[in-house]
Amino acid sequence: MSEEASTGFHIDPMGQFIVKPLFGGDHIAWYTVTNVTMWMAVAVVVIAALLVLGTRRRAIVPSRSQSVAELLYGFIYNMVEEVTGHEGVKYFPYVMTLFLFILFSNLLGLLPMSFTTTSHVAVTLTLAMLVFVGVTVLGFVKNGIGFLGMFWVASAPLVIRPVLAVIEIISYFVRPVSHSIRLAGNLMAGHAVIKVIAGFATLAVASPVIVGAVTAIYALELLVACVQAYVFTILTCVYLRDAVGGAHH
Amino acid sequence: MATEAQDAGAVTHAAAGHEAAASGGMPQLDITTWPNQIFWLLVTLVAIYLILTRVALPRISAVLAERRGTITNDLAAAEELKQKATEAEAAYNKALATARTEAAKIVAAARAEIEADLAKATAKADADIEAKTAVSEQRIAEIRANSIESVTEVAKDTAKELVSALGGAADARSITAAVSARLKG
Repeated sequence: MSEEASTGFHIDPMGQFIVKPLFGGDHIAWYTVTNVTMWMAVAVVVIAALLVLGTRRRAIVPSRSQSVAELLYGFIYNMVEEVTGHEGVKYFPYVMTLFLFILFSNLLGLLPMSFTTTSHVAVTLTLAMLVFVGVTVLGFVKNGIGFLGMFWVASAPLVIRPVLAVIEIISYFVRPVSHSIRLAGNLMAGHAVIKVIAGFATLAVASPVIVGAVTAIYALELLVACVQAYVFTILTCVYLRDAVGGAHH
Repeated sequence: MATEAQDAGAVTHAAAGHEAAASGGMPQLDITTWPNQIFWLLVTLVAIYLILTRVALPRISAVLAERRGTITNDLAAAEELKQKATEAEAAYNKALATARTEAAKIVAAARAEIEADLAKATAKADADIEAKTAVSEQRIAEIRANSIESVTEVAKDTAKELVSALGGAADARSITAAVSARLKG
């Protein structure tokens, strides 16, 4: 703290991630309206604006917003169909919900002064656990006890099958962790880096370089925002395939 | 300026302090805010899910299906029109061929007719010429006969005058016989 004060820099890369009550107060209960609430609401509004208002004319020849909505629809629909097969198409609305929430939260988080909901492990871990629990339950409902056959690699020699089973089980339970940390970590790191570098812009000599660097990193973060939404979604589809497509990969 | 920045930094750190105490610096690890985030996340997901399943996805899939239908119909219509065009071309070609045959037939008929007329006219002309030739020959024969008769007459008269001029008296019968004999000889 004393170092900051002496150099005149005000670099607080983690301050942007603090959850704050919107209407004053100090205590954050589970129902408190916070900046999390606000930015999630903004995401809902933006999604509704694009997918509902944007398509309200139901045009055969689409407008721009309708084109974007159709593009998103087609992109995720094809992904679900290709990865999980025809059986998985009925879970398309769930996958679409996840994708849109993550994509728009990531993108809205890139607005200056905004709050990135998907940079929080609480959010991404909940998303990942929804997928994990959902897929596991679905797997047992669809395949019964045969779902456990997924861990028993029938193509391997009998001797090493138990070892592989242990590895498979561990990797299965690690899935939600990697699934969630990947998303939150990417966003948090990117935003923190922007903030740290931007903090040096107060140094007059460095500021032109800093502005250029921030612009470049911003562009990279834009890519990361989209790619991470895509990665989360396609992994969801891959996990879903285990449950829907039976024990065989 | 420096003091302001210093103050601002101090204030921020004071505010962040209570989270920092619980999480060790990272707001993400401040467990006290998790129920709040998870609750609002679930509300958000349900809201998005409802918007998607009630309005957006049925609408978009309907639009896409309609577009696919329209395109399929248009393609079918285009195919049909192409078929029709091909048929029309075939009909046109057939009509053209028929017309050509017809024209050839007409030309042949006309030529035959003209030739028949020509033959008839030639035959008639030949016949006329023949008839006229016959008449002319007859008249020539008549003229020749008349002239012979006249010559006989003149010869008889001349012979009679000569006989009488020479002092002879000759009867008409002997003179005629003599002249006829001379004319034949």
